Amino acid sequence: MTPQPPNAPRSARPVIRNISPGQLAAYKLPPPGVVSILHRISGLLMFLLLPLLLWLLDLSLTSELSFERLRAVAASLPGRLVLLALAWAFLHHAFSGVRFLLLDLHIGVALAAARRSAVIVLIVSVLLAAAAGLRIFGVI
Amino acid sequence: MAIGARRLVVGAHYGLIDWLAQRVTAIIMIVYTLGIALAWWVVGDQGYDGWAGLFSTLTMKIATLLAFGALGYHTWVGMRDIWMDYVKPAGIRLCLHLLTILALAACAVWAVQILWRV
Repeated sequence: MTPQPPNAPRSARPVIRNISPGQLAAYKLPPPGVVSILHRISGLLMFLLLPLLLWLLDLSLTSELSFERLRAVAASLPGRLVLLALAWAFLHHAFSGVRFLLLDLHIGVALAAARRSAVIVLIVSVLLAAAAGLRIFGVI
Repeated sequence: MAIGARRLVVGAHYGLIDWLAQRVTAIIMIVYTLGIALAWWVVGDQGYDGWAGLFSTLTMKIATLLAFGALGYHTWVGMRDIWMDYVKPAGIRLCLHLLTILALAACAVWAVQILWRV
């Protein structure tokens, strides 16, 4: 690679401004972007469900009677769906969080590595959430 | 950074502390989660007695409360980032910040009550 003067312009990047709906429909968020926005959405979801989680913790610790009530809540259809959503949100938030921590340490910052780790986070989170779902719905 | 009439009413302190706290609290929560998963795996499913027994010691109560404190701080920084990115009017944003803090403080008090009743 030939050395360049420090003020040489970098390779031209496409400028995207005021994009039209047609362009918006064609725009595809790259995997790291998907991981990032899902990190935000999963975090928001867990914040909104925090009172529910505390209620479940309360049920689990108060008495044997409330513990059985927790089992009943967790076995109901709404309870199972919420637990499945929470399982995915937690797994995605945790794995993408570890990925962000590694990026902070300058590990895997190159474009190809960052894309690969993003795809891994997306797939592993969904697979483990699916496994948790099998357990939540009593299949295994 | 605008000072004076153009100064932002609610911002991120323009500093490093919350950015760092977001990372530190994340690590605390990961360690606590792995610890509780390991403890539950060691104890095995003994129903209520095994689960409540885990939380009966003072050490466990303190560890859990510290982890919950980390969760509260982490959630505050994260939610504040969300409000700052999507809610631009300062008045509404300030209200949302306030409600977030109040909700998290209420949850923290509730967590204390749940833990110290075991």
